[in-house]
Order: sequence, then structure tokens, then C-alpha cells
Amino acid sequence: MTTLKTTPLNAAHRAMGAKMVDFGGWDMPVNYGSQIDEHHQVRNDCGMFDVCHMRVVDAKGDGIRAFLRYLLANNADKITLPGKALYSAMLRPDGHVIDDLIIYFMTEQWFRIVVNAGTADKDIAWMKQQAAIHAPNLTITSRDDLAMVAVQGPNARTKVWQVLPQTKAATEGLQNFQAADCGEYFVARTGYTGEDGFEVMLPKPKVEAFWYALNKAGVKPIGLGARDTLRLEAGMNLYGQDMDESVGPLESGMAWTVDLKSERDFIGKLALQANPPSSKLVGLLLLDRGVLRGHQQVHTAHGTGEITSGSFSPTLEKSIALARVPNSVAVGDTVQVAIRDKMLSAKVVKYPFARNGKGLI
Amino acid sequence: MSNPSNLKYTASHEWVKTEADGTISVGITQHAQELLGDMVFVEAPQVGRKLKAKEECAVVESVKAAADVYAPVSGKVVAANGDLDGAPEQINSDPYGAWIFKMQPDNAADVAALLDAAAYQAVVDSEAH
Repeated sequence: MTTLKTTPLNAAHRAMGAKMVDFGGWDMPVNYGSQIDEHHQVRNDCGMFDVCHMRVVDAKGDGIRAFLRYLLANNADKITLPGKALYSAMLRPDGHVIDDLIIYFMTEQWFRIVVNAGTADKDIAWMKQQAAIHAPNLTITSRDDLAMVAVQGPNARTKVWQVLPQTKAATEGLQNFQAADCGEYFVARTGYTGEDGFEVMLPKPKVEAFWYALNKAGVKPIGLGARDTLRLEAGMNLYGQDMDESVGPLESGMAWTVDLKSERDFIGKLALQANPPSSKLVGLLLLDRGVLRGHQQVHTAHGTGEITSGSFSPTLEKSIALARVPNSVAVGDTVQVAIRDKMLSAKVVKYPFARNGKGLI
Repeated sequence: MSNPSNLKYTASHEWVKTEADGTISVGITQHAQELLGDMVFVEAPQVGRKLKAKEECAVVESVKAAADVYAPVSGKVVAANGDLDGAPEQINSDPYGAWIFKMQPDNAADVAALLDAAAYQAVVDSEAH
């Protein structure tokens, strides 16, 4: 038996009655009772998530913007306001997705990068390898000293200000997708739920006290189960399910993050230009009774596809999914999904499915 | 919640209740519903279907996962609980009240031979290790 990695909040989860699961080698809370209640809690009020397993990386030095412009599929030049964040894919030279990540522009000498847990080590190795070739003066540091808590929901910001009043002045003017460095606390108006809120990065020794203070202020802990249904409703990809190193961003609903029109060169650009995609990611809404799940086959008039993420949507009270299907499949089409020994009907829809407390379908 | 002593159990986490008319009601245990989490869909077997013991015959799906339900004994399906179509969460809130289907067993002795509450608890405890 391998030993699971733990976050600094492990004891707190157990004390709060979490059901713990092995999540990619991490011992993480899947729920603290009802996953559906936790989901509604975030859409209607607010909740907090342990995201300490995700990795913060600081890239520093002269020329950091030029390096990121080359390293990432999205264009770092889009963020010029201090603190502003950008979502991007990081591609291999063959155009396949190493990871999806968020970069924060802090100064022309400092960008902060947040990457996925399961991919952090390979991401950092790749960044360092590319930096050694293209920008040897940069330093790329994995901030293993930092913890991260996401507080999400319509009342999330108010609760964070209640617990960290010293950060309010610097963060109340933040736009969506913008962060402020408040000394020990780095507060970003970002998240993975489709709701307003903050992601707070802070020193590991302080995170348990922060977690309990939020709880005392009325913020409920939310497990990975609700995190998954929230992000799926919000139409946000999950690396390892909706895309990975076997596909490109254009087949993964990430075309909006890939800038192929400008003169800018970036890793993977030539491959993307040479290989136009034959499939795409669409939303599915199940019309029959049942639950859509990852890897179920989707039969369309234009060929077969596959569900990448599927679940029950607590907001819509219907089953929803993201599916990779042939390009010719269009919104409004009815497709058949193979579930056990049956073929069930689903409608192709535009996603997101829900955001800001409301269903959009 | 402890497992009621008036019920019989299977190692695959079904509970079985013998009714006054000799039919049996079948549901999933407290332990099973807790592992699965919030239920969102139940597919009961067709009334009239003949089942062999341990045959897959129903499906319960939570937000998290789908799980098969097995026939505890051989027999014929005589009823399906339609209330669960609109309220699958009854399995979470009242696992020993929310029956999924009823069967007429071929042989009442097969039911008597199923696990009792203590033997079932031993199965649950052994899975925890």
C-alpha cells in the first residue's frame, strides 16, 4: 500500500466529518455529508475547498512575459493590469496538452502560475527545461511553502473579508480574474465553480487557523464531489478527463484560449496549424432517465464520440456531460448514449450549464 | 445506524425483508448507501422477470457512481417501487424503508440461509480493512 499525500488540512477534514478518498495519490475529502447539499451551498451562499494539493509556481526575472508568450498557447500579452489572470493550455511541440493553468501578472519581473496537482512535477520540469533554452536568467520556483483555500459562492468575498479584514482594502476593487498580493495572503478573484469568490494562497502554517476561522464565520467545507459537479455545470475542463497529452486544445473546448491569428510563435502552434481538429467538445443534456458518465460511447449521425465528464447536475436536476464528438455534430442535435444495455437520448447543448446560482439550459 | 435484526442480508449489501404474504422486499443497506452517497437514479427490474440468485437486476446511481443490485435469491419480480423514480434520495434518508423491488422467492429456505445482521456486520467490518 502506498502512503497517500496529505494537505495541512487533513486533520481538520477528519474533525469535520469528511469522508476521505484517494484522489490521485492525495488523501482528500470527497464530502462531509451530502454532496448535493454542498453543491447548492456554494451556488446559493458560499463554501470552502481545500485546494492545497494544487501547486503554486513563481516565475521571476527580466523577460518573464516574453518567455510565457512562447511557453503558453494563450497570449500573456493579454494581461497588462497588475494582478490580472489568464487561463491557458501549456502544449507539447505536437500540440497536445501538458496541462491547463492560470497565470497571474504581478510585475514585469514576476508572474505567478497555478497548476494542477497531478501534473505539477512534469509541468515544472517542462518549464525549467524550456527556460534553460530560451530564458536562462529566469528562476522558476515551486512554492511548496504555500497552501491554498478556495472560498466560492455569492457570499464568499464578504466572508473572507470578515476573517481577513486586512486584505479588504486591496481586494474589494478586484475585477473577476484578478489577484492582489496582500503580504502573507495572496487573494485572487478566481475559482472553479462558476460562482464569485476568492482563491487564497497563504503560508502553510496559517492555513488550518484560516480554515477554522472561515468555518466559524459560517462557511461550510465542500468536498471534491461537489467541486466536480460545480465545475462541470460551469463548463470548466478537468485535466486528465476532458483533455490530456493525447489530445489538443482545439478538440477540448479550449479554442477560445488559443491565439492562432497573431504573429506570435508558441510551443505547439505549428502542429495546431498543420492538424485542424476533426472532433470537438460539446455539452450533452440527457433526455431519458439515467446518469451520463465518463467513457460512455456517443452515437451521432456523423460518427461516434465519447463522454469525457458526466454526472448529475444538482442545479438542473438532470444528467449532463461534456463529450468529444465529430465536428459536424451541431447544437440541437439528438444523439444516443450507450448506458449499460440501453441507448438513451441526449441533446447537444451549448455549455456552461449553470453559473452564478442559475441554470442556463 | 445499526442493521435491523429482523432483516436478512447479502455480502453484496442488499437487505431482504420477508413480508406477511411470503414475498420479500429488497433494498440496499445503510453501509451501501453511505458508500455511494446522494442517490439520483434507480432502475428497478421489470415486474414478472425471473431472476437467479446473485443475478444483476437493478441499478442505483448516486452523483458519484453507479452500482448494481443483485437478486438475493432465485424467484420472480412481483413489484417495483415507483416512488423511488421521483425520490431516489429516500434510499439515503431511510435505507431500510426504501425497498427497490419485491420478489416471490422460489424457495423460502433460500431466504432463511442469507446472512443475519451480525454476520452482515462482520462482512462490512472486514471490508474496512
